[in-house]
Amino acid sequence: MSLDIIATYAVAVLLIIGSFFVVVAGIGLLKLNDPMTRLHAPTKAATLGIGAYLLAAMVSSFLSGSGSLHELLIMAFIFVTAPVSANFMAKANIHRRDCLPNPPELPDGDTWATLNVPEEDREIEEAPPNA
Amino acid sequence: MMRPIRWLLPHPFLTLLLTVVWILLQNEFSAGMAVFGLILGIVIPVLTARWWTDRPHRIRPMRMIAYVALVLWDIIIANIQVAWIILTKSNASMSPAWVVVPLDLKEPEAISILAGTITLTPGTVSADLSANGRYLLVHALDATDPDAVRDDIKDRYERRLKEIFV
Repeated sequence: MSLDIIATYAVAVLLIIGSFFVVVAGIGLLKLNDPMTRLHAPTKAATLGIGAYLLAAMVSSFLSGSGSLHELLIMAFIFVTAPVSANFMAKANIHRRDCLPNPPELPDGDTWATLNVPEEDREIEEAPPNA
Repeated sequence: MMRPIRWLLPHPFLTLLLTVVWILLQNEFSAGMAVFGLILGIVIPVLTARWWTDRPHRIRPMRMIAYVALVLWDIIIANIQVAWIILTKSNASMSPAWVVVPLDLKEPEAISILAGTITLTPGTVSADLSANGRYLLVHALDATDPDAVRDDIKDRYERRLKEIFV
């Protein structure tokens, strides 16, 4: 079997793996019923799904003779930014008091940074969500 | 002798990173592009050095590479586990839980790497940091034993990060 054929199959397999994880992320987003657990599906399943797509793109570009390494950068940026966006969504959930149960209290008078609201913003923080 | 080098390269790792990113962005390798990338890699850290709150910490590069490999492997395992949980477990039988992780790490860089690692690996998302930076709030998708999750995070990732940031 020549290298071309092996590489072509590798691209196909990577695309199938990628699609599987992206579909699972979508199913998770629809199925899970609480905002905090729903956060788990896209942050993880989607990273590996997109990673597999990018690997497929890279192999396919080398196969057609015009090698491309842009995909490595895209992957690095996704791995750096996915936790940040997940953290922002989690913070929004904490502000909305949307997580069941609410985060546990901390020992020795410490508070969670998200709930540490300055005095002048107390009113906004304590207003019921969707008001 | 040390001072001019430190002035020119306040952050050697950032210089290397910027050069590599520039070459990758070009998507083709030529000597001119490498030199231009190196110029950017030297000029940007020198120009921005005065806005850094303090000098970056010394890290152990070899252990950092080992850590990245471990995390990449864990990401693959995490994805399969989370996919399995999503596809086979009903919502009612899942036990999501908050996990409070007391931190031994002090450096902001180390804490952000730990938080990012937690989000990318098995069934956990880091949600918040305590106001004085001593605890990390982690949400676990399916944890029957939150204490085991906490010990796992401390032993698997935090211990290694402590060895990297000396």
